Amino acid sequence: MNPIYSRRRRKDFVIRGLCIAAAAFGVTWLALILVTLFYNGVAGLNVQIFTENTPPPGSTEGGLLNAIVGSLMMTVIGVGIGAPLGMFAGTYLAEYGRNDRLTSVIRFINDILLSAPSIIIGLFIYGAVVVPMRGFSAIAGCLALAVIVIPVVLRTTEDMLLLVPNALREAASALGLPRSLVIKRIAYRSARAGLITGVLLATARVAGETAPLLFTALSNQFFSLDMTKTMANLPVTINNFVQSPYAYWKQLAWSGALLITLTVLALNIGARILGAERTAK
Amino acid sequence: MAVESNVVDAAGPYDRAKALGAFKLGDITFYWITRLSAISVLLILGGIIISLIVGAFPAMKEFGASFLWTQRWAPSADPPVLGALGPIYGTLVTSFIAMLIAIPVGLGIAIFLTELCPQWLRRPIGMAIELLAGIPSIIYGMWGFFVLGPFLANTFQPFMIKIFDGVPVLGAVFAGPPSYLSLFNAALILAIMVLPFITSISVDVFKTVPPVLKEAAYGVGCTTWEVVRSVVIPYTRVGVIGGIMLALGRALGETMAVTFIIGNSFRISSSIFAPGTTISAAIASEFAESDGLHQSGLILLGLLLFVLTFFVLAAARLMLMRLEKKAGN
Repeated sequence: MNPIYSRRRRKDFVIRGLCIAAAAFGVTWLALILVTLFYNGVAGLNVQIFTENTPPPGSTEGGLLNAIVGSLMMTVIGVGIGAPLGMFAGTYLAEYGRNDRLTSVIRFINDILLSAPSIIIGLFIYGAVVVPMRGFSAIAGCLALAVIVIPVVLRTTEDMLLLVPNALREAASALGLPRSLVIKRIAYRSARAGLITGVLLATARVAGETAPLLFTALSNQFFSLDMTKTMANLPVTINNFVQSPYAYWKQLAWSGALLITLTVLALNIGARILGAERTAK
Repeated sequence: MAVESNVVDAAGPYDRAKALGAFKLGDITFYWITRLSAISVLLILGGIIISLIVGAFPAMKEFGASFLWTQRWAPSADPPVLGALGPIYGTLVTSFIAMLIAIPVGLGIAIFLTELCPQWLRRPIGMAIELLAGIPSIIYGMWGFFVLGPFLANTFQPFMIKIFDGVPVLGAVFAGPPSYLSLFNAALILAIMVLPFITSISVDVFKTVPPVLKEAAYGVGCTTWEVVRSVVIPYTRVGVIGGIMLALGRALGETMAVTFIIGNSFRISSSIFAPGTTISAAIASEFAESDGLHQSGLILLGLLLFVLTFFVLAAARLMLMRLEKKAGN
């Protein structure tokens, strides 16, 4: 064969091989991390984890109840504040202000906030909420999470509403439906799967967030439902326990890590399946 | 009968006006709710900037511009000395090494997914890569600390140190001793974490290449690599760079994973196997126990990080927007 041809083919062969190796490399990390989590975490998974509070140092009894409840509360409230705001904002961008100058500015800023370091959000809430309130509190943690949720939901809401065919809106308007009802009854309804996807993705994003909670909600060794005080939460508890010298705390940290990762991955996969259904239609 | 029809007539226009009025009120309310929510995004940005500047002000006044090039970080000295050089150096070096690893691998995966992969494997592999982005940062940190760190310190690091021993420049970059906690370990974890961003954006922009262009190149006898290098990448260059900048923005600000494995040392060392710190790691590990000037210095670090990532992410968005416009035309 012509040497140039064979050289080109060799080069192509090598680079194909490298691309396949790259894909294998990426998938391997996911597998390695999951295997480690299961290996270290499964042993400690028992009923105690869900029924008892975090133990004091050195104790070998106890679970993660307060941390799980705290995490659930903060995630739900954070998403509860952030998701409607993000959804309304996305509605404005997609429905009212399509050709606005304001819209392009907001879209640009939102895309930056979407990737802004979460620790900066933590510093912001510390300065804006914790300092004026004179103390760490669960509500500050919720607000930090809400600020992270808003850009995610805004982005997906806008994208999904833009996919709704205009003919639907025009038909509804022609029947005399006012603009707000066209949006609520027609656009929201036909984009529903996509909107839920956005909220799920946002929930997945904040469920494992640690950095912004470190100096907003802090953590709490005891069970507490008081939103104005510090509140235990899984990520910060894991952070504190895993670096401790106590074997039982480490065990709890790994089990908590397994729980959080499985929850987050399940949310992600659920969102993607829902999103795929939407685009397949 | 007459009375009844009168009632209907009287009720008809009255109800209609009322209903239209309610519609109008609902319209205006909904419009303003959505508009104010949209504006809240700008308020958040403003709030972030203002709260950071207010918090950082005492440190700015105390240290001025020398904050940027002072290496010493001694919050408990009298008077306290705070310099950001160590964290800035660590942030830039770890992000740089992370990008060196993540760019070729991320692009390789994107090429694999769009050009080489059999159809049935595309979704599972694509999903697995995207799930890497979903794993919480702290999990990467634990994993890096307990699994990757010891592994690297026992295998990869001694190997590199031995190979480059005595070589000028590189010998200092790969100097020993091996360490569980190092800039390099942090960079490798960062690379894994930002990989999905490079891959998913590259896959998206690769898909915008008109098939006819690729088919023409294959038609004149190009190999897969030649099609990618001469058609796909030139066509999508701006978008790929945008994706890379986005990943860089993430790498610069990544916190928990790095905090676990970088060692939190403010000393600058020429070796990438030595412990260091980054801006975000310094804030995460010291903020809760800080007060006064120390805290203000940490917030100033945060402000620097925000400005840095803001410009990187803004550049990324502008590039991606340029590509979207091109695709739209």
